[in-house]
Amino acid sequence: MNTPNDTPAGAAGEAGSTGGRSPGEDLITFTDVTKRFGDNVVLDDLCFGVEANKHVTLIGPSGSGKTTILRLLMTLAKPDEGTIEVDGEYLTHERKNGKLVPAGEAHNRAVRKKIGMVFQQFNLFPNMRVLRNVTEAPVHVLGMEKDEAEERARGLIELVGLTEHLDKYPTQLSGGQQQRVAIARALAMRPKVLLLDEVTSALDPELVAGVLDVLRDIARSTDITMVCVTHEMSFARDISQKVLMFDQGKIVESGSPDKIFNDPDHERTREFLSSVH
Amino acid sequence: MTWGLVSNWILPGLWITVQVALFSALIALVVSFVIGTLRTSELWIVRFLSGAYFEIFRGASALVVIFWFAFAFPLLFGWQLVPLWAGALALGLTYGAYGSEIVRGSLAAVPEAQREAGIALSFTRLQRLRRIEIPQAWPEMVPPFNNLAIELLKGTALVSVIAVADLAFAGNVIRLSTNESAPVYTLLLVIYFVLAFGVTRGMRAVERHAKRGVGRLPERKPLFSRTAAATANGSTTDGGAR
Repeated sequence: MNTPNDTPAGAAGEAGSTGGRSPGEDLITFTDVTKRFGDNVVLDDLCFGVEANKHVTLIGPSGSGKTTILRLLMTLAKPDEGTIEVDGEYLTHERKNGKLVPAGEAHNRAVRKKIGMVFQQFNLFPNMRVLRNVTEAPVHVLGMEKDEAEERARGLIELVGLTEHLDKYPTQLSGGQQQRVAIARALAMRPKVLLLDEVTSALDPELVAGVLDVLRDIARSTDITMVCVTHEMSFARDISQKVLMFDQGKIVESGSPDKIFNDPDHERTREFLSSVH
Repeated sequence: MTWGLVSNWILPGLWITVQVALFSALIALVVSFVIGTLRTSELWIVRFLSGAYFEIFRGASALVVIFWFAFAFPLLFGWQLVPLWAGALALGLTYGAYGSEIVRGSLAAVPEAQREAGIALSFTRLQRLRRIEIPQAWPEMVPPFNNLAIELLKGTALVSVIAVADLAFAGNVIRLSTNESAPVYTLLLVIYFVLAFGVTRGMRAVERHAKRGVGRLPERKPLFSRTAAATANGSTTDGGAR
């Protein structure tokens, strides 16, 4: 193992910025959000906010709507009712003549740039080597110079401990290594918000620690707002300032990790926590 | 059959056949990609129009399309195409319709997760196609394109009906002047087979190159690779590649 716990924070420190938003203000706001798949109500009139620079973990049984929240934030799905704001702008809606209307692709793409996502199945581009996986979007979406993008990518790849694998294709890497590349790829876009969707669920047990170490490091050394769905309760306890417990598309309770994990108010939360431990 | 007939008819005919095949393959390739990607559009009108193109040209007889470009096109538009180009255009548009189905199918086989990863990085739809989806679908397209290319090569014999002096046309001329059907057509069979075999070998190389481009084949190594050195310090950081 050579996960760089002691990497200088410089490489990641520049990755996120709050854009002049003072701490304590909500960076993400869900207002009356409902999402259905057929008759199945996945999110039920949901309201919550995430403060800038904070790390929030969503827990709950499978099917409780946690991943749907991340997919809505990434605009991979649209809410059936309600609105979502990120950094003062609506997702999948835009304001025209004072009215909220469904947003065009251009608006969505502009808002999307503020948000990065790491997927359960990594979803690296198999047709690109590791370095190009990380530089492709900065060069072609942000319009960064290729040299600059590569220099930053090298820094990020070093941060996730994969410098010697720069020239490999994703299929030549282990799952844990692929997931660390995926983290570097998301950070390369300098997102304000990083979404982590069960990022260790597809990994062999012995590879989980390396990925979580990298994320702990990023959580500590950057001011990126994180929204995290995980079944790794000790990781959730380590990095998050707030935990939201979901069941059947509603928030059962929320609070500090200490409160939720040690002294939850609801029976449903206790039940769930004892089932995952 | 004399050497004179071969050098006056067969060899020039071979060259014409190769030209028709190359030009129509080029047109077919462009049509395949344009129509094939349009058929994956999110706009129904684009899907409808490209789908209509596909159905019309798939349902049309290549021979009749060739006649149409040679004889109907000049009457309708007052503009006469050189017979070789009329033939190449007709074949390209027809075989391109089949090719569009190959492109559409291969694009549909790219995992949804790749599309989502592209969206998450804010790529536009066109960038996703060009940088993510088409490069990944390409290795899947090559074998069916090989089939189509051979079909097309053999289909070029149809242009002989509009007096393009290709191989088949040359064969006919020699048969009529010498009455030696057996040697003439046997020779033609062999020539078409050799051409088709050449296409297959070429497409194999294309396929290997395509697969290497998505990390699915070992990369070409220098003759004496540094395997020993690589094993010595090649320990992976988290437990080795799976």
